[in-house]
Amino acid sequence: MNPVLSVRGLDKRFGAVVAADALSLDIAAGQKVSLIGANGAGKTTFVNMVTGYLKPDSGSIALDGVDIGRHSPRNVARLGISRSFQIPQLFIGLTAAENLAVAVSGMRAHALSFYSPAAAHGRRDKAIELLERFGLADLADRPISELAGGVRKLVDIAMALVRRPKLLLLDEPTSGVSAEEKFATMDRVIHAVAPDAATIVFVEHDMEIVSRYADRVVAFYNGRILADGDPHVVLKDPEVRRYVTGGAQ
Amino acid sequence: MKHGRPHLLVMVLLVAAATLFGRVLPTWTLSLATVAASNALIALGIVVLARTGNVSFGQGLFFAAGGYGVALIANAWGITDAVAQMLIGAICGGLLGLVIGPLIARYSGIFFGMLTLALSMVFYGALVKSTALGGSDGFNVGRPSLFGMIFTDPREADFMLYAVSVVTTGLAGIAATILFRSELGLVSLAVRENNLRVEYLGLSANRIVTINFTIAAVFAGASGAFALMAQRHIDPQFAYWTTSGEFVFVAVLAGYQSVAAVFVASLVLELVRSFSNLYLPNTWQLVLGVFLLGVILFLPRGIGSLWIRDGRKLIKPAAATPIAAEREAAL
Repeated sequence: MNPVLSVRGLDKRFGAVVAADALSLDIAAGQKVSLIGANGAGKTTFVNMVTGYLKPDSGSIALDGVDIGRHSPRNVARLGISRSFQIPQLFIGLTAAENLAVAVSGMRAHALSFYSPAAAHGRRDKAIELLERFGLADLADRPISELAGGVRKLVDIAMALVRRPKLLLLDEPTSGVSAEEKFATMDRVIHAVAPDAATIVFVEHDMEIVSRYADRVVAFYNGRILADGDPHVVLKDPEVRRYVTGGAQ
Repeated sequence: MKHGRPHLLVMVLLVAAATLFGRVLPTWTLSLATVAASNALIALGIVVLARTGNVSFGQGLFFAAGGYGVALIANAWGITDAVAQMLIGAICGGLLGLVIGPLIARYSGIFFGMLTLALSMVFYGALVKSTALGGSDGFNVGRPSLFGMIFTDPREADFMLYAVSVVTTGLAGIAATILFRSELGLVSLAVRENNLRVEYLGLSANRIVTINFTIAAVFAGASGAFALMAQRHIDPQFAYWTTSGEFVFVAVLAGYQSVAAVFVASLVLELVRSFSNLYLPNTWQLVLGVFLLGVILFLPRGIGSLWIRDGRKLIKPAAATPIAAEREAAL
């Protein structure tokens, strides 16, 4: 079966810092892949290159066989890769439903209406339906500025889901969530994204989350892939324990 | 949005009432109200653009393009009809906006503002040097007519221009209200809040800014046509930075939340300017400055915030997560 995402020989340097060093990776449809690594290991650089925010110095990135390595974030999103952010990137002055409505408008970017109300043509219905999946329908008309960090995180993920992406990238979906709520939050995320995003890549620092939700782990170190495989194997790898998890499991 | 249509009907009635009100206004106020309506039109365009997070300090460029375009065509082809002149001005402004918009939409913040200012001053410099366009003295145009009617009575001529400018500005206000509530209006606010996220959602922030910029240019071009018709003279001052600054003043006074506030702000500014000029001829700029400072200090979100209040602040902050919310509900 052809991979959804295929990365070959990806290099990226920021001066003397090597953020990606000959990265090669295939991600098959339906996988839940966790990217782990210490700060500065190259996880976010990888996500930024795959989503078009950063251009690789060399190498190729293909989505369903189509080269997207030089595409803008806008085109990458249109082709089927969506992402959420470590720090939620929302429209603070708008309500949760309006944030989702903007995402729904992104589906018809070339035909934005000058006159039909923002909530018309099912845009609000779609927004509410997505918020309901995350248990946020009651907060639909609250401005984002009044919502707490954990809720913003879920709205951010809900916006990424609007396009029913082929590949969904989640950057630390449980960061900022208390230890006692992290599993419940992640359960909610996995349940909510399941109908729309078959393939998920999530950056995560919490190894309990990684071992429970990922069916494959890719460990980064100094811009290279240190280990790649089953979570229970990778997390016990001596090099991963030494350079990434620090012995945590 | 259920109340959209009745609200628009009220706006149409208000425009009609304001037009008819001109019949009972003293003659001297007709020209003042015409200038206020014309300024409101261009300031409305600045507000449309400001909703994307960008402020143009150079709307005088499109104001002058509309004015000069109308003046040249009127003199060359003998077009004196006020509505036709307004449309020609709008088209001239809009076409220039379409050319400049895509180039300037790549910039934001202070760079955007300064580029618009620079372009208007380049245009000003070109107009001053152009002997074919009368140089710094400019040139005159004839009295406007309306649908074949020529107005020899000065009061009737003033009322005609007042009526056309109020109806045009009123219709532009209604169009802007529809635009603000529309899909494009919402996405424009999103661009102002976070243009990178807009791109990640598959939308082009530059395209959205360009559309709003062109709408603002259309309004500025029409406004330039009205200024030309009111003065029956045009000169490079139309493109000068102080002219652009006045329109930004109106937009700042109004805020970006209400279309009606733009009209109120423009009228109030004209009244303050006229009366302070009348009673304090040597210090009227000081009075105007104090007035502006007062509005900025006490109504930082503009005159519109007097009747558009943000009730959202009264709502209790939401729980940190949905799970916490469920727990709170269970307690």
